[in-house]
Amino acid sequence: MEAGTFSKEQTVTVTVNGTTYEREVEARKLLIHFIRDDLDLTGSHIGCDTGNCGACSVIVDGTLTKSCMMLAVQADGSSVETVEGLAEGDELNKLQQSFKDHHALQCGYCTPGMLMSATALLRENPHPSEDEIKKGLQGNICRCTGYWNIFDAVKAASE
Amino acid sequence: MLLREVGYARPGSLGEAIELLRSDDGARALAGGQTLINVMKARAGSPDGLVDLSRIEELKGIELGGDGILEIGAMATYTEIMESGEARARPILGAVCAQIADVQVRNRGTIGGNVCTNDPTNHLPPLLAALDAQFVIAGAGGTRTVSAEEFFLGVYMTAVQTGELLTTIRVPAGRADGFSAVTLGAEGTCIVSAAASLNGGLRIALGCVDAVPVVLHPASADADAVRAAVAGANLDPPSDVHASSEYRTHLAQVVAVRAVNQASENRS
Repeated sequence: MEAGTFSKEQTVTVTVNGTTYEREVEARKLLIHFIRDDLDLTGSHIGCDTGNCGACSVIVDGTLTKSCMMLAVQADGSSVETVEGLAEGDELNKLQQSFKDHHALQCGYCTPGMLMSATALLRENPHPSEDEIKKGLQGNICRCTGYWNIFDAVKAASE
Repeated sequence: MLLREVGYARPGSLGEAIELLRSDDGARALAGGQTLINVMKARAGSPDGLVDLSRIEELKGIELGGDGILEIGAMATYTEIMESGEARARPILGAVCAQIADVQVRNRGTIGGNVCTNDPTNHLPPLLAALDAQFVIAGAGGTRTVSAEEFFLGVYMTAVQTGELLTTIRVPAGRADGFSAVTLGAEGTCIVSAAASLNGGLRIALGCVDAVPVVLHPASADADAVRAAVAGANLDPPSDVHASSEYRTHLAQVVAVRAVNQASENRS
């Protein structure tokens, strides 16, 4: 792409969970569709598609982001982490195991986003207070659990 | 969601960005995208071209000048303002940014995007009006600096014209400020908001009650004087599903007094 012109399609290079992908994408494509449809990484979910629910949350260059509120072309050159990158081989990581142990999911639809928000929170603040956990998960909506088990799982993972 | 077909450009300099915006009337600047991408999804707006501002160094950074003026790049995110040591020269900025939406939105949303959108429910237009901020706008012919009163022109309208960009927001250092809002949910959209500053004379700016922030200068920080100033503004806010016009008018007095009280506390 030349800097001085508009293009409706361009080549993007994005590293997702350590693997670098190069793809031609339309400028109008949202990052969540690029991740799910072009890369076939369907762990990140589309809930509301209006930036409210957080089910599509991923970490872009270390920053928690709703991937339905970003274009794929904006992620060109970036490093993206999705829920598929959390497990250590076949083993759940500490946070995932804590979600399992605390029954922090029912239907599971919000879980990928919850895990990524909690990951970002614990990375920045390994021992958050109760208020900080609540604030860290504020951008993620769950309609099943009433949040308490998710909260307990994050708290236990931080101890 | 599939957006309407759109062109995309990612200039590396301010000059290139202005050139791109001037080259096409249907081009729009893309800052953090936390409003614009939703607007495009809803087809409430459908630009022909997006000028991604994320790689323009001139729009980044938060600096505190020797003259005590904070220079905030238009592309500074809410999170960057919250975490910036320099921005503590005006602590209310980080305190209000911490009340906007959620972590994800704060990580990508920018101060420039917030004010250039000029949605009457946004937090930063009334805040920056109360702080007497200055707005630096760049165009093909150079730059100009305008006050908040000159910047905010109407709902979704600012002094930034086609082919121009907001580059920097200048805010003098100070502590004696307050902000209060009644919101949808803990940190949701404002129903009514008020910002107050006691830095060099009392200034209040009300949000959500008119197309642009309503700036008032009460005779004193006394609660009765503040209420009288709000009443004297003859507000005629819109009614909607969240609040009637009468209720918004009432809330404007309530949040104005709270904001002034907070500013008084922060002075000492």
